[in-house]
Amino acid sequence: MHLHDFWFLLIAFLWTGYFFLEGFDFGIGVLTKLLARDRTERRVLINTIGPVWDGNEVWLITAAGATFAAFPDWYAALFSGFYLPLLTILVCLILRGVAFEFRHQHPEDRWQRNWEQVIFWCSLLPAFLWGAIFANLVHGVPIGRDGNYAGGLSDLLTPYALLGGVVTLVLFTFHGAVFAALKTDGDIRTRARRYAARLGSATVAVAVPFLVWTQGDSGNARSLVAAVIAVLALAAALIMNGRGREGWAFGLSGVTVAAVVAMLFLALFPEVMPSSLNPAWSLTAANAASSPYPLKIMTWVGVIMMPLIMAYQAWTYWVFRKRIGTRHIPAAH
Amino acid sequence: MNLALAPETLARWQFGITTVYHFLFVPLTISLAAITAGLETAWVRTGKEKYFHATKFWGKLFLINIAMGVVTGIVQEFQFGMNWSDYSRFVGDVFGAPLAMEALLAFFFESTFIGLWIFGWDKLPKKIHCACIWIVSLGTILSSYFILAANSWMQHPTGYTIDKATGKAQLTDIWAVLTQNTTLVVVFHTLTAAFLTGAAFIIGISSFHLLRAKRRRERGEELGERQKKQIGAMRASLRVGLVVAVIAGLGTAISGDQLGKVMFEQQPMKMAAAEALWDTQAPAPFSVFAVGDVSKGHNSVELEVPGVLSFLAHSNFTDAVPGINDIAQREADAYGGQPDDYIPSIFMTFWGFRLMIGFGMTSFVAGLIGLWTTRRKRWLAPAFRTGEDEVPRLMLTKKREMGPLLSTWSWRISILTMGFPLIANSFGWIFTEMGRQPWGVYGLMKTADAVSPGVSQTEVLISLGVFTLLYGVLAVIEVRLLTKYAKAGPDTDEKPPAKDPKLRLPSSGPGGPGGPGSPDGGASAEDEDADKPLTFAY
Repeated sequence: MHLHDFWFLLIAFLWTGYFFLEGFDFGIGVLTKLLARDRTERRVLINTIGPVWDGNEVWLITAAGATFAAFPDWYAALFSGFYLPLLTILVCLILRGVAFEFRHQHPEDRWQRNWEQVIFWCSLLPAFLWGAIFANLVHGVPIGRDGNYAGGLSDLLTPYALLGGVVTLVLFTFHGAVFAALKTDGDIRTRARRYAARLGSATVAVAVPFLVWTQGDSGNARSLVAAVIAVLALAAALIMNGRGREGWAFGLSGVTVAAVVAMLFLALFPEVMPSSLNPAWSLTAANAASSPYPLKIMTWVGVIMMPLIMAYQAWTYWVFRKRIGTRHIPAAH
Repeated sequence: MNLALAPETLARWQFGITTVYHFLFVPLTISLAAITAGLETAWVRTGKEKYFHATKFWGKLFLINIAMGVVTGIVQEFQFGMNWSDYSRFVGDVFGAPLAMEALLAFFFESTFIGLWIFGWDKLPKKIHCACIWIVSLGTILSSYFILAANSWMQHPTGYTIDKATGKAQLTDIWAVLTQNTTLVVVFHTLTAAFLTGAAFIIGISSFHLLRAKRRRERGEELGERQKKQIGAMRASLRVGLVVAVIAGLGTAISGDQLGKVMFEQQPMKMAAAEALWDTQAPAPFSVFAVGDVSKGHNSVELEVPGVLSFLAHSNFTDAVPGINDIAQREADAYGGQPDDYIPSIFMTFWGFRLMIGFGMTSFVAGLIGLWTTRRKRWLAPAFRTGEDEVPRLMLTKKREMGPLLSTWSWRISILTMGFPLIANSFGWIFTEMGRQPWGVYGLMKTADAVSPGVSQTEVLISLGVFTLLYGVLAVIEVRLLTKYAKAGPDTDEKPPAKDPKLRLPSSGPGGPGGPGSPDGGASAEDEDADKPLTFAY
């Protein structure tokens, strides 16, 4: 295996980790409006991800940083090409991050309500936009001879891309509901399970057409396997959720997220940014990669650090494994 | 196209605004993480409540601050690709590696362990909880190291070759990038400046509380237990701040001098511009003040100290220092174009350099004076010694106290100068980045060639507008919150976690917490524990 193929794999892994983890973060953010009935319940939901959301978000920073280091041409074309969607995501991540930290710093009702709005919208928008961006990426966008994006905003708003956005939004919200059922206690836990059942069915309704479309549009044998795994895992997650096996349901909704991301990357490979104008202008893992020397160094750093990072992040989840109910929420100051 | 609205100009404005803004939070985060860690260690080791309250108080301000530092940092990473895609293509092979290392080695540490620290007060044993904030601190320091290594490569490219086929830079020696003297000196300078920043912040806020308590005393108000405890925590904090300010201030001055020497060698234009030294001179004077006209290539008014610039550059008072006109001619000969193309904004570099030094060193001197006047009890005559819960007197000599007016103004000045290092840091970055122009990567790539060719003027304009507006609004909120909590002072009613909470092992879950000998008592204790509200919740 070439080093640049290995790095393609590693970047796919980083994105998978990001969507697995921040997927339920975003889902929880969306559910603060759907599932929670009052402020205390909203706080229950927010506190299920309180200690971990920041660590989850670093998977994105690392995915972007690794893309910059391993595939500079890909990084350059992707970030300058998807300018406005990424700008929106950035603004959302900024606002969402400070919202968690600032919301509880001031007791005034309007202050808290405003930040709660921010948490909802700034979870919903990125959850949608990431799907739209990745759908575009896999389908191909107008990449010119010079490797730069040559289209406009309207080229990104295709029905396929919008469907991709809806899929990630609904899937992440489902993933978040399953997570909420696993992490909360009391009345909200029961309702989270019911919500998960509904959101799971909705995910089936949008994800199956999207996976079929993707498979027909740019699929191959390997992506088909991933797509089948995604559908089976989704079905199994729904069954486990129905039986009240919350741990299993969460694991399986995680597998669904991972399999969908894997399918997209498998459909993409060996290209990293296919050109819809001329296949010869496509960026590939081979022609967008850095030279072997930095890839080798980064491989060492990655191979040593990733297991350590995953170990201490897993430990964090272990430390905060206790379920949270409304009785655990201290009064606002 | 209107040059003022050219994508390059807009992208530069955005980079300048977002970077200077980001760097308001970075130095405070770096220093407050370490100082909070130090205070928590003091609490863990001594068990004294004042250290616990100080930890919680500075920790809270630290958290409000790091939230902004983290989220504005994401923009930094994304905008290389968004606004500077040709730059990213050209340097990615070299520049990407330290960036990715920063994420893998620093960001994960910071963001994972900060979560453990915030929410883990009653879930982790004291020592492990304290270790978490130390790991956060280590993360902030590693982060600054990697990003400064990347920046130093832009200031002085090394360990690379230009690929003949693609014309792009290729990494050949990562150690050269990570350990070149530019990197090491810049890291030293930035970290010491960061600690000076945090120290001034702590000195200012502690002084605010102590001055307030002093006034209450003078008005004859009786101070309650809570206020006395606050004085204790603020007094301990003030001393910590003063010690850090003096050490860091000295370090900043030494490293600044080192960095100047490195820059005289590596980017003579930047340093000539910093001095508005138009013509090569031997010995070269240090300019205190100058007003000039760029188009004429000389200053019309100047006030100079002879020989000092030679000393700063070469450690002697005689050697020549090359001037702007000569260097510009040399660069034009080497890279083509007109000499004028190679002259950075003299106004910004000259004044940026002076404001950096002026504001930074004022804080250092203030710290030095403060450290002397509030020195330890054993250095003072018994009549002037104060208790741990009293506001310290400002002592000039063993027996001589500052007069009331001077004393009040000393407290006031330390409050008023609390933001000085922030100004110094900002001008330092503006100076070093603008002094490198027209180069993005010195000698290799001009800033004008670095912008994204595929991004439209409208897009950059939207982005610039959105960030400026968003950052402006967040600045107002941030300052309000910081002021609110800084003024409130430490919550001295808060009790430290009473005993080390033990991490429950999987074998001691419900059913056997107290062991087989005490099933009932154990189970009810477990239930009680399960219903206890969180000590901290968002």
